[in-house]
Amino acid sequence: MATHGDDHGHDHARTFVADEEDSLGHYAIVEMAVRELLIEKGVFTPDEFREGLEVFDKAGPHLGARAVARAWTDPEFKESLLADGSAAVKELGVDMKLTELYVVENTPRVHNVIVCTLCSCYPKPLLGAPPDWYKSRNYRSRMVREPRSVLAEFGTTLPEGVEVRVHDSTATMRYMVLPLRPEGTADFTREQLETLVNRDSMIGVTVVPAPGQGGPG
Amino acid sequence: MTARFAVGERVRVHDRYPPGHIRTPYYIRGKSGVVADMVGAFTDPEDCARGGDGLPERPLYRVRFRQTVAWPDYAGDGRDTVDIEIFEHWLEPEPG
Repeated sequence: MATHGDDHGHDHARTFVADEEDSLGHYAIVEMAVRELLIEKGVFTPDEFREGLEVFDKAGPHLGARAVARAWTDPEFKESLLADGSAAVKELGVDMKLTELYVVENTPRVHNVIVCTLCSCYPKPLLGAPPDWYKSRNYRSRMVREPRSVLAEFGTTLPEGVEVRVHDSTATMRYMVLPLRPEGTADFTREQLETLVNRDSMIGVTVVPAPGQGGPG
Repeated sequence: MTARFAVGERVRVHDRYPPGHIRTPYYIRGKSGVVADMVGAFTDPEDCARGGDGLPERPLYRVRFRQTVAWPDYAGDGRDTVDIEIFEHWLEPEPG
């Protein structure tokens, strides 16, 4: 397909993305059927269903970052976060519902990383929806089997002598990694620290990078 | 609820393959590790999957395994571990 002769700015041969009308798989159809049946039988309303989804939309890495920055700057909060994560994040307005938040701390000797080999368990009330790669068979099968290779694909290599500890989220716990506080942040405020903490570091596939030269902006 | 196993105790995962919904991964069945934590008692997901109420609640452990035990040809660092949540009825004291 040729580029447009006029000043269109892009080549459709390279930007064309097919509509997904025909891509409903078996389980997507089952979900729709069960959901519609439950609504028809009055088990819940469409509004209640939408509100349930919005709980996860309102959560997100910003809440995890807030917990991390507070743990870095408040030793008592850190202890409570590690001892009972669900109770600690209640202060952030997070309700873990039927699951429990279990926070694992990175140290100079141990690097933690999270996976759910059975499905894609993730601390959604805190961190929101998981990234697509986290739900992929590729990640779920390989992270438990060859974690260092997968970490390297995320650009993460660890210093000599560090143990990689994979957590397979097989039951009621939902895990979050408390990353190491990076070098060069001693003068940072809690709000500045929050901006450094990225989602992938709370899954454990990356570390929190040290801020660039020049100190806090 | 009394927990059968203590933190630090060596345990072995049953090497059984019953039908139904099982949350104990295949890759760890028959393998031995150490109890890292006991996180409480919860309803049995195997019974819930059959439409049961999952009672009585069963103790749930986080068990730590060496990756070189989980995977005979593990190519990473010999220190590496994998922590897995396993229900009490899937564990036995390590033999010997």
